[in-house]
Amino acid sequence: MIYEGKQKIWSDYQKEIPDDHYYYVRSCIRQTFFPASEGALLKITRGILGRDVFENEHHTTCGGIAYHTDTIPHETVMTIVARQFALMHKHGYENYVCSCITSFGIYIETLETWRNFPELEAKIAENLKKTCNLEFAKPKFVVHTSDLIYKLREEIASKAKYKLVNVKTGQPLKVVEHIGCHYSKMFPSKGVGGAEYPYVLAGMVEAWGGEIVDYPERRHCCGFGFRQYLIKANRGYSLSNTHKKFESMEPYEPDFIITNCPGCAYFMDRWQYVIAESQGKTYGENGRGIPVLTYEEVAGLVLGFNPWDLGLQTHQVYVEPLLDKLGIPYEPAKKFLGAKGQDLGCPALPTCLKV
Amino acid sequence: MIDFGFYLTPSSTIDLDKVDRKAVDDLARADSGIRTCIACGSCTASCTAGVFADTSVRQAILSVLNGRNEKARELLSSCMLCGKCMMVCPRGINTRHLILSIQKYFDGQ
Repeated sequence: MIYEGKQKIWSDYQKEIPDDHYYYVRSCIRQTFFPASEGALLKITRGILGRDVFENEHHTTCGGIAYHTDTIPHETVMTIVARQFALMHKHGYENYVCSCITSFGIYIETLETWRNFPELEAKIAENLKKTCNLEFAKPKFVVHTSDLIYKLREEIASKAKYKLVNVKTGQPLKVVEHIGCHYSKMFPSKGVGGAEYPYVLAGMVEAWGGEIVDYPERRHCCGFGFRQYLIKANRGYSLSNTHKKFESMEPYEPDFIITNCPGCAYFMDRWQYVIAESQGKTYGENGRGIPVLTYEEVAGLVLGFNPWDLGLQTHQVYVEPLLDKLGIPYEPAKKFLGAKGQDLGCPALPTCLKV
Repeated sequence: MIDFGFYLTPSSTIDLDKVDRKAVDDLARADSGIRTCIACGSCTASCTAGVFADTSVRQAILSVLNGRNEKARELLSSCMLCGKCMMVCPRGINTRHLILSIQKYFDGQ
């Protein structure tokens, strides 16, 4: 092995992530799937780490779901994206950070399209002027929020109250990291570590004391795939993808899964219920499933946030066994209380998947 | 159990640790070509029978290697033994002999 050659290849896989001053856009589906994750990101970056992350109520969806289900054409998506970028420019920012992996893919795809087809860029700028009367601008940097947390991982580690270590055994927790396909499989140079060695989540886990599980289907898609789950007849395909991953990771006995994609977190969590209730097969210790967390939730836990403030009660797979391993205290009685203390009611319990 | 209206699709994964590979070892003794094949597909591309029927020497060899013996047998059942595949094989495998060996082996079982 030529060491310098390897270093050169690895340097090509790195990504420049600005330290501060971001224009932040949220995800459509994360706000319903894991509602507190995006709030946790702002609490961490603004409140704890003192970064300037600006949010504007006028931004919209990126159009990704409609685009990937062939409902709207690419030009429409590009005009939506141009409007988002124009809003960023209007507020004086040039670093764009988005919360969703689908959006991240859309933004990168759009910028690459404009780079390769300048005439299309001019047309979209004209569309933007006609429809929104906004000035066309492009961001200097486009990053995903997991890139930002990755960049700040050592700072988070220095302020951590808990480590990803089993308090009973003293051993690092075994963590499965799952990267969303649209993060770096489409444009490898735009993700930390490229498509083959994505390090964005592995870096966080290692910085916070955990141990990464390397299993055969590590880079396999979760099965989300838009039209695979949107059309009921195709959902078996989505389910089968997740099943394949879980069968592959099961022998390694992971303590939890961390993902940076809204769809991956949702489906790897919820399909465990479907597999359990339709096949009778459960994963994780004592048939209780393998908890699936977003990176903001993991960062929040490490920093000592209240698990229920992080929205961990919205997960299908119960997270209490993981909290016990981490030594994080929680109040079971407050799990299903609303923000004002009102009782939201406990959801119906599954029969096969243990809670 | 709950019926959600959608189901797991059967896995196409082949676990070679669990597959019975006795046929591969036996056939390799009769014709070592089964091990030297690189699955380039030249045989299938030149196959006359393959135009009209589901015949593929490449797929048949892979099927035997993967323990799917019945499929291999089916794929070779319409072979006319013309030997065109033998002429184009870049590995110099006597494919006609190999095909006959596979057919004989499974017919004898």
